[in-house]
Amino acid sequence: MLVLEKNSLSEEISKLVDLYGKDRSSLLPILQGIEKNHKYISDFAQQEVARLLDIHPVEVYSVVTFYSFLTHKPMGRNVVRLCQTITCDMFGKEAVAKAIERELGIKFGETTKDKSVTLEYANCLGMCDQGPAMLVNDQVYSHLTPEKAIEILEKLK
Amino acid sequence: MENKLKREGAVIFSEYNRGDAVKKAISIGREDVLFELKESKLRGRGGAGFPTSTKWMLTAAAKAEKKYVICNADEGEPGTFKDRVLLLEYPELVFDGMVVGGYAIGAKEGIVYLRGEYEYMLKSLQDYLEEMRKDNLLGKDILGKKGFDFDIIIRLGSGAYVCGEETALIESLEGHRGEARNRPPFPVNTGLNGKPTTVNNVETFASVAHIVTKGGSWYCQHGTDKSTGSKLFSVSGDCKKPGVYELPWGTTINELLKIVEADNTKAVQVGGASGLCVPKSQFDRQLGYEDLGTGGSIMVFNESRNMLHVLKNFMEFFVEESCGQCTPCRIGNVKLLEGVEMIEKGEYTFNYINKLKELGETMRISSKCGLGQSSPNPFISILENFKEEIFNNGKGGK
Repeated sequence: MLVLEKNSLSEEISKLVDLYGKDRSSLLPILQGIEKNHKYISDFAQQEVARLLDIHPVEVYSVVTFYSFLTHKPMGRNVVRLCQTITCDMFGKEAVAKAIERELGIKFGETTKDKSVTLEYANCLGMCDQGPAMLVNDQVYSHLTPEKAIEILEKLK
Repeated sequence: MENKLKREGAVIFSEYNRGDAVKKAISIGREDVLFELKESKLRGRGGAGFPTSTKWMLTAAAKAEKKYVICNADEGEPGTFKDRVLLLEYPELVFDGMVVGGYAIGAKEGIVYLRGEYEYMLKSLQDYLEEMRKDNLLGKDILGKKGFDFDIIIRLGSGAYVCGEETALIESLEGHRGEARNRPPFPVNTGLNGKPTTVNNVETFASVAHIVTKGGSWYCQHGTDKSTGSKLFSVSGDCKKPGVYELPWGTTINELLKIVEADNTKAVQVGGASGLCVPKSQFDRQLGYEDLGTGGSIMVFNESRNMLHVLKNFMEFFVEESCGQCTPCRIGNVKLLEGVEMIEKGEYTFNYINKLKELGETMRISSKCGLGQSSPNPFISILENFKEEIFNNGKGGK
């Protein structure tokens, strides 16, 4: 990481800390903010958060690795999470999953070469009456068919 | 996406205007709010069914300079989506219920813990809170009542099912991993930041808004003796009309299936992945605390579904969502899933499957929180109720 990038990331994190406060209870909102802007929380970012909140970096790491929406490996610019829980599964999740894999040329858990999309499974998204469903970043899409899912992904490019 | 509210019943969706409950609460006073709540016999709508008035009275009685009201909107149980509908279409019920909670227990801070998957509703909820502040339903000296200050903030989860457990939720709010705490002490004494805290489900707060406005005895006119009022059911799976239904407690599964237009039904999973799988022969059972108490997740499976596959999906869910801090849950769920895979491949012995059922019983009594205590439910109930299909007619494999 370049020094300039480091400086700007430090500045951004200290702004988040100013916004949410230095208390330990601010840790999740701060990490969520970093995740949103950078699509992952780098080692350096974790150390910065730890320094500003005056806690051990391992504390930050242990929280980052606990929550599935916080990541310590770089994700694509868009994160697609397809629901794998039972009712979505019953109404065609598998066909949608295969279509997305074919179209993007990657498997679940992987990121496209151009870093535009990371593909993941999620557990129940609370759209069981309208499955299959997926989240694209923070937006939810329901009643998916392979065709509809691909159309949604096309718009991300 | 759409919201699919299929049936509005006589309780939760009865007439209500923003602020009604808060006005009423101020006019009758703290004691009477708690009294009405006790009269209503309301029980927690998240699934565990703990009496709400007991929780509130304990929090109200606890002495501390700071107390908290937390709304558990970490709706993660597979098959549950009623809170989504309430928050998107009836936020006034939920937030007013929280304000009443703050008044009754003497808290000034309310927090909504909204699951990360529902981030798309954050903006509209925050706008709604802003409107409430303008109407003096939040903020200082609410509706002119001196010293009644209360405000609500929304905090997002980050994709962890276990944070729906109240002490794990509190850990998460404090900036830690969402690992459940030992209880006691209970949150009513030692909750968020060590202060007395009441944690209630979204639907519980919505019910409170009506109870305070219309009275506990009005609420008791609905439902049954032990299960008063009505319940929101999230219905999904093999039926023509999936969606959210408000039905009085005491409704049987058969009646429910008729309402949602389900045909050829083989099984109904009541209470989500951690609930029980009810076979056709028991469809006359009642939904209610006397028989099948539930948070309202109803998943319908017709004759074409492979129950072993359903079970495998549930166990994969629990293996992923176990927080890993206690051994029975961390390892037990993996072992149960392995057992399902053995049956799938036809590489099992009945002796070993029975051992796994015993392991399930052990998990029920020895896991630290509700996750591990309830995750063996589908394993035990599906293998028991569908042994014919799974072991005898060859459908188990493939």
